[in-house]
Amino acid sequence: MKIFKRILSVIVIVVLALGLFAGCNNASTNTAVSESGSIAEIKKRGKIRIGVFGDKYPFGYVDENGEIQGFDVYIARRFAKDLLGDESKVEFVIVDAASRVAFLESNKVDIIMANFTVTDERKQKVDFANPYMKVSLGIVSPESDPITSIEQLKDKKVIVAKGTTAETYLTKNYPEIEQLKFEQYTEIFEALKDGRGDAIINDNTEVIAWAKQNPGFVVGVPTLGDQDVIAPAVKKGNKELLDWINNELARLAEENFIQEAYDATLADIYGEEFKESIVIEGGKLE
Amino acid sequence: MQSLGISILFTGVNMQRLFEGLMVTVRIAFISISIGSLLGIVLGVIWTSKSKWLRSVCRLYLEMFRIIPILVWLFVMYFGVTTALNIDLSGETVSIIVFSLWGAAEMGDIVRGALESLPRHQVDSGKAIGLNPWDLYQYILIPQAVKRMLPGAINLATRMVKTTSLVVLIGVIDVTKVGQQIIERFRVEIPTASFWVYGFVFILYFIICYPLSKISRILENRWNG
Repeated sequence: MKIFKRILSVIVIVVLALGLFAGCNNASTNTAVSESGSIAEIKKRGKIRIGVFGDKYPFGYVDENGEIQGFDVYIARRFAKDLLGDESKVEFVIVDAASRVAFLESNKVDIIMANFTVTDERKQKVDFANPYMKVSLGIVSPESDPITSIEQLKDKKVIVAKGTTAETYLTKNYPEIEQLKFEQYTEIFEALKDGRGDAIINDNTEVIAWAKQNPGFVVGVPTLGDQDVIAPAVKKGNKELLDWINNELARLAEENFIQEAYDATLADIYGEEFKESIVIEGGKLE
Repeated sequence: MQSLGISILFTGVNMQRLFEGLMVTVRIAFISISIGSLLGIVLGVIWTSKSKWLRSVCRLYLEMFRIIPILVWLFVMYFGVTTALNIDLSGETVSIIVFSLWGAAEMGDIVRGALESLPRHQVDSGKAIGLNPWDLYQYILIPQAVKRMLPGAINLATRMVKTTSLVVLIGVIDVTKVGQQIIERFRVEIPTASFWVYGFVFILYFIICYPLSKISRILENRWNG
């Protein structure tokens, strides 16, 4: 009897807790319809709030002087300048990968520009503007024995990190290529240096940056596999701001601004030659 | 350029930022521990009441904090409740509220345990010399209970200090997050950055938590002596 009572009380508690939870969720979606985040409101506030990363170098990071910098941040500052007339009229909110959607949904930020990759799942929760950057896989190999197409890897050993897009891509599309798998990013690079494999397949931004730091290695294939794009996101239904961003990206294309942002923030890390593999100008993928 | 990893701590204003982050951690932790302890004592006393109804309310309150992860509480409060009530609270305020409520729940249970562990004759003797309930608690039960709840309370306090690292998920930049930012910034230039930065963060947490256990040991010794 006692046990029965205890079980019952636990059930009651859980139900109550869930109720509380659900209640909050409903409430947040109900108020969502209000016009906050509209351009008029941003102008009235005098500041646009943009969510960026604080720890994703070189896209959104805090430099040694405590200033927020990076590719995403550079573009965000320009948005503030063109919307409010001054690039300092932006309040950067440092967000975490896991809470990006929540910051938008609860009106804590107007735009998320935290290297937000467009996915179908996310599209159901937020509205993505046109993209400004693309990512895909890349292949890095020693300069002495460069790999310039995936076909060359047929009877070779390729190094990948476990649980990455690269691993999934290879297993699905090239099951015949032998994979050498490691847990950590640092391990895959050590393995290539030691000659335990012939090439690494990983996110192209990662391999390009690494090859630039490590002479003797070359990125023979800068883009491979499915291409993902990165775009600013606004709260679901905020069409006014979404249209403004899309027009802004189109306008900025006239002066090649995204490329300028690349030169200012990424060129040192990735090198001039990979600009084409990373930036999207005018919000349109060719 | 490969430079010595430890230099990362002294580059730019990194050290200052780590200490600013530490202040955020300390502020959230200590305000919450103070509020939580006070509320917890009140809760603990109510919990020992004879009313079954009151006791189950206390129990429900505690279980809500035990069953639902603190992270979820932070999310619900920061993104849900503030939006629902249309109030604008900073991440730090929300953190202090959640941690205080959690502290109160756990502290209440510790106080209840300590009070209930006191021999029944303490209550009876107090009543026999004509103390009213207020005096009974103030002069007899609470002082004795405090001694018994000290180890549990210190344990809770250090747990709260450490759990504050969750607040980054609602946008509060605490010492752990500052550490991560520094590591990521220098990831390419200084691959050993994480060792030095996290090592330093470890020392900072130790500096906060160690005095707590030290105080508890000193107090226990003094009260036993």
